[in-house]
Amino acid sequence: MSAKLARREHRTAWLFLTPLVVVMLMVAVWPLGRTFFFSFTDAYLDDPAVYGMVGISNFIEVINDPAWWSAVRNTLTFAVISVAIETLLGLGIALLLNEAIPGRGLLRAAILVPWAIPVVVATKIWEWMLNDQFGVFNRILISLGLIDHGIAWTASSSLIMGVVIFIDVWMTTPFMVLLILAGLQTIPGEMMEAAEVDGIPAWKRFWSITLPLLKPAIGVAVLFRSLDAIRMFDLAYVLAASNQNVMTVSIYARDRLISFQELGVGSAASTWVFLLVALVAIILIGALRLDRSAGE
Amino acid sequence: MASIALSSVTKTYGTHTVIRGVDLDIADGEFVVFVGPSGCGKSTLLRIVAGLVPASSGQVLIDGEEVTDVPASKRGVAFVFQSYALYPHMSVERNIGFALETMRLGKDAVRRKVETVARMLKVDHLLARRPRELSGGQRQRVAIGRALVREPEIFLFDEPLSNLDSDLRMEMRIEIARLHEDIKTTMVYVTHDQAEAMTLADRIVVLNQGSIEQVGTPLELYQSPVNRFVAGFIGSPRMNFADLAAGSGTNGFALPAGFLVDGGQPTSVGVRPEALSIVAAGAGRMDGILERVEDLGHEHFAYIRLSDETIWVVRVAGRPPAERRNQLVGLSFADADIFVFDGEGKRIAHRSSSALPEGVPAEGRLLHER
Ligand SMILES: Nc1ncnc2c1ncn2[C@@H]1O[C@H](COP(=O)(O)OP(=O)(O)O)[C@@H](O)[C@H]1O
Ligand SMILES: [Mg+2]
Repeated sequence: MSAKLARREHRTAWLFLTPLVVVMLMVAVWPLGRTFFFSFTDAYLDDPAVYGMVGISNFIEVINDPAWWSAVRNTLTFAVISVAIETLLGLGIALLLNEAIPGRGLLRAAILVPWAIPVVVATKIWEWMLNDQFGVFNRILISLGLIDHGIAWTASSSLIMGVVIFIDVWMTTPFMVLLILAGLQTIPGEMMEAAEVDGIPAWKRFWSITLPLLKPAIGVAVLFRSLDAIRMFDLAYVLAASNQNVMTVSIYARDRLISFQELGVGSAASTWVFLLVALVAIILIGALRLDRSAGE
Repeated sequence: MASIALSSVTKTYGTHTVIRGVDLDIADGEFVVFVGPSGCGKSTLLRIVAGLVPASSGQVLIDGEEVTDVPASKRGVAFVFQSYALYPHMSVERNIGFALETMRLGKDAVRRKVETVARMLKVDHLLARRPRELSGGQRQRVAIGRALVREPEIFLFDEPLSNLDSDLRMEMRIEIARLHEDIKTTMVYVTHDQAEAMTLADRIVVLNQGSIEQVGTPLELYQSPVNRFVAGFIGSPRMNFADLAAGSGTNGFALPAGFLVDGGQPTSVGVRPEALSIVAAGAGRMDGILERVEDLGHEHFAYIRLSDETIWVVRVAGRPPAERRNQLVGLSFADADIFVFDGEGKRIAHRSSSALPEGVPAEGRLLHER
């Protein structure tokens, strides 16, 4: 390609990219930049125009707050356990759906239902089902004779994290299934047949062929889900508002910002959340080698 | 080493019957080739032998033992795919040796076997590479090596050379033939390339719409096809056909008077392109217009229009035909080269050439009038 042609192609490319870049600047870079800026101020939410620069003291205040660290612990616990369960469950269901079983199309559609329900709606439904007096869940357990009076699943501080993880697994496993199923379908059927004819046992076919070839798909799915889980807000907030036991870092930042009106500290907390997400993303991308192509 | 027997094997997908009652015996050490047009069920039949596709009814026997319900992994066969089906994330060495990993042979024994096979197939310098770093021919060698290393009882090939260019195809064809001579294992080979079928096969199985049309040695199929389908399918360019005119044959094609057929009602005839030669107009057994000549250098295909619907191909070896295009030319051929078919396409034997006296004028035997 001549230099002139290359230049013209570059110009065309920029022409197409410009609207996107403008939108990105408006909806992402601008708010992020504002947040970053406010985290160095002592502004309050009722009048953000009045502020003084305070350096990094907001950041220090956040990391000196035990509530912040409890939120970090909650968030990481939630992220690690829920993503792990979702990945294993998603892999299992995807493997089942990938088999030529009758009614597979219907099952595939059905499995998407939990994912299609808005988080708030799903959370409210589960909250009711888990209610200690009227919930169908306790009713079943009682009628089976497993317990003699209803358990307050969503009120008990020791159970609530389990409930949050459970609802998240219920809601987002379909997403995992879908991504892993897409990965499974890129594995050539003839290759698996070759292994079958060659007398490779099923466990070895899975372990040495399916899993390595699925690694990029699982990696992308785990990355998406992990980043989602670390900035999780809606589920825990709808279920338990500011309950210390399931307070995530996003809820912590929101409380500082809205409940306490501390624009400066809240922004600093938000920036910490952003850095936490970025750190996890970098670690995951490095560990899963997602920047390399499959089979590398 | 093992024989294969299929008895009344059928396969249906839903309401669609793909294999219709196939009976076939393949002897131990034999090289059998399945040929047939695309979609006739060659791959399906081969997969039924491998156990990758369950037969809807009928039986599959390997070495005399019924294996109809035995899974593919327990049949002791090796399968080479057109797509190579190599494991993309493994080195060539591991690709070849993968099936041995679960056989408790020990690492050294596996490595030795892999190296022996790799040397045999001339891929020993590529052992560290990944499949995508290989050319098509090298990939297919690795795929064959992967099959070979297990020392299977039976080799099954599904169009293994169809993705290769023609030079490489010929080279690999010779190597597969040599491989069969060396190891003498039973091989079943699917192809739509009849050059491969003719050169490799001990016996060829011609399939058409899920049924066997004929089984025989390459020469048998070429010289005495049982019907019009086999006659047309074996040979390249394909046999020229013409329908005989009903009645006495003053207009259209007719058999010469005194042409003796062994029962049946002749309705069409065929002559192979290589049995025809071009002569001066009127000097042959029929005339036609020379429409086109394809030059391949060492041979030439002349297309001669005999009637509105009928164009016959003549294969001219050596020098190109001297006749010019759009010129009226004659065609000559021997009686022995005429194939006669009845209304259902079955070939009818005839004894004309030996029965007829010498010197009968060419005109009036197999004749076409324009
Ligand atoms: N899994 C399948 N489901 C439905 N029809 C199939 C399937 N596999 C093959 N067929 C049909 O069976 C016929 C024979 O296929 P195949 O054995 O692949 O033909 P060939 O190898 O001779 O080209 C084709 O008409 C094909 O459409
Ligand atoms: Mg095929």
